[in-house]
Amino acid sequence: MTFHFAYRTAKSLMMYALCGVSVIVALVPLVMIFYHTVSMGGSAINLDFFTQLPKPVGETGGGLANAIVGTMILVGLGSLIGLPVGVLGGIYLAEYGNNPFATAVRFMTDVLNGVPSIVMGVVAYTLVVVPMKHFSAYAGGVALGILMIPMITRTTEEMLKIVPRSYREAALALGIPQWKTTLRIVLRTGLGGVITGIMLAVARAAGETAPLLFTALNNRFWNLSFDQPMASLTVFIYNYGVSPYDDWIAQAWAGALVLITLILVLSVAVRFATRSAFRGGDA
Amino acid sequence: MRQESPSSALFPVGARVRQRNLGDAVFYRVTQFFAFMILALVAVTAYEMYRTSSASIDAFGFEFIVRSVWDPVRDEYGALPFIFGTVVSSVLSLVLALPLGLGVAIFLSELAPAWLARPISFVVELLAAIPSIVYGLWGFFILVPWLRTSVEPLLIRQFGSFPFFSGAPYGIGMLAAVFILAIMILPIISSISRDVLTAVPISQREAALALGSTSWEATRIAISYSRSGILGATILALGRALGETMAVTMVIGNRPTISASLLEPGYTMASVLANEFTEATSELYISALIEIALILFVITLVVNAIARLLVWSVTRGSEVQQ
Repeated sequence: MTFHFAYRTAKSLMMYALCGVSVIVALVPLVMIFYHTVSMGGSAINLDFFTQLPKPVGETGGGLANAIVGTMILVGLGSLIGLPVGVLGGIYLAEYGNNPFATAVRFMTDVLNGVPSIVMGVVAYTLVVVPMKHFSAYAGGVALGILMIPMITRTTEEMLKIVPRSYREAALALGIPQWKTTLRIVLRTGLGGVITGIMLAVARAAGETAPLLFTALNNRFWNLSFDQPMASLTVFIYNYGVSPYDDWIAQAWAGALVLITLILVLSVAVRFATRSAFRGGDA
Repeated sequence: MRQESPSSALFPVGARVRQRNLGDAVFYRVTQFFAFMILALVAVTAYEMYRTSSASIDAFGFEFIVRSVWDPVRDEYGALPFIFGTVVSSVLSLVLALPLGLGVAIFLSELAPAWLARPISFVVELLAAIPSIVYGLWGFFILVPWLRTSVEPLLIRQFGSFPFFSGAPYGIGMLAAVFILAIMILPIISSISRDVLTAVPISQREAALALGSTSWEATRIAISYSRSGILGATILALGRALGETMAVTMVIGNRPTISASLLEPGYTMASVLANEFTEATSELYISALIEIALILFVITLVVNAIARLLVWSVTRGSEVQQ
C-alpha cells in the first residue's frame, strides 16, 4: 500500500518534471532563432540596407530599399480589400450574429483561416494574373487581402462582443439609431482591440512569402507602378537565402531580422493593447 | 418580435427597429453583404481552381492522385509523391509536437504560477508569429547542417538497418521538414490545449484530490475531460502543417520521389507550387499544379472544419458553465 503510494507520488512528480522539460525544449528553438537572426543579420544592417537598391551579382553592398517599400505597398493594397470586408463582416457577426447564416459565416471564416496561404496565391493568380497576362502588385495585394479577411473578421467580432451590453442599451435608450450606436458607441469602445487585430493581420501579411511568389513576383529595381511585378522583403529573403553568395545570404538574414523585429514590436504592443481592452470589458 | 436569449443577442431590439429606420436597414444590409462576401470567397476559390485545373482533370481524371510520375518534359503528371510527402511530414511532425505541446500546456495550466505562465505563454505564442520564411532560413542554415553533421550520422550508425534511417546524411530531406514543422505547430497545440485545460472546472481536480489521487492523477482527469478540445487543437495543427510552404520548401530537398527513408529528400504539395509555378510552361503543367492546389485546399478545408467543430463543441460548453 505504502509502496504503491510512493510509486504514484513519484510518477506524479516525474510527469510534472517532464512537462517542465518540454517547456524548455519548446523554448530552445525560439531562443536559437532569435540568436541566429541577430548574429547573422546584424552585420548586414546599416543605412544602405534601408536606402539602397540591390546590387548586381559580384558587386558588394547595396540594400533592399525597394523590397521594403514593396512590402508596404503590397500590404497596403491587401488592407484595401481585407479591412472593409473584415471589419464590416466582423460587425455583422458581433451585432446581428444570432442566426444560422452568421453561424455559417463564422464557421467558414475559421476554416478559411486555416487554408494555406499558397492556395490564396493560386486563386489570385487565376483571378488577376491570368486575365492581365502578367505578374503585378495588384495580384499580390489581392492574395494578401484574401488572407487578411478571416483574421480581421474574427478579431473584430471578438473585440466588439466584449463591449458590455449595457453600453448598447444606454445608447438605444437615448434614442440613438442602432447603426449609430454600433459605429459611434460600440465600435469606438472596442476600437483598441479592433486596431490590434488589424495590426496583427498586417504583420502576418507582411511576413507572407508563398502567396507573393507567383502574383507580385519580384523586382530588382524601383517600381511604384501597381501593374508591374513588385519586390517584397520576404521574396527577397527567399531568393537571397538560397543563393550561393555570402553577401546576399547576409542580406537575407538582415531582412529576417527586420521582419522579426517588426513582429516582436507589434506583438508586445498588442499585448498591452488587449490587456487594457479586456479590463474595459470587465466593467 | 422574436424573443432572443439574453446570452447570445447583443442587441435586445432586432427586426422592428431595423424596419423603422432607413439608416438601420442600410447598415444592416451593408454589413450582411460583407459577411456574405466571406462565404462567396470560399465558393469563388473552389470554383476558380476547379475551372483552371480542368485541363489536368480531363487528361488524368481520378488517377491523378495515385500516379507517381511527375515529368514536365513529357507532360505527364501525378500527385502521389506530393500527397505522400505532405502527409508523412505533417503526421510525423505531429507525433513530435503533440507530447511536447501537451507538456507545455499542462505546465502552463496546472503547474506554473501566473507570473511565470504569462511570460512563457507569450513567448511560446511568439513562435507562432514568426514568419514561415524566417523558419526556412533558420532551418536551411542552422538546422540542416546540424542534422547532417550530428544527428543523421548517429541515426545511420544506430538504426541504419531500418529502412527509415537508411541512406546518406544529406541534412536536407524529410527529417529536416519534420523537425521544422514540429517547431512551427507546437505553439498551436500548446496554446489551444492550455485554453481547453483552463476551461475545465477546478472542482473536477478538487474532487479527484479529495478522493486521494495524486496531483498528476487529478491532471489526467482534467485532460480526459478536455480531450475533444485537445484533439481539435491537434487537427488544427495538422492543418497548419499540411499547408506550410516556405520553411518546408527550403529544407525538404524538393525531389518527387516516394522513399521510406526519412533521410531522403521529398516534396510536398505546397512546395511544388512554390517551386514550379512560375517555371511552368505548358498549359497542362500549370493546370496540374492548380489541381494540386485544389487537392490541398479541399484537404485543409476538411481538416479545419473537423478541428473547428471539435474546438467549438468544447469552448461552448465552458461558456455555459461560467
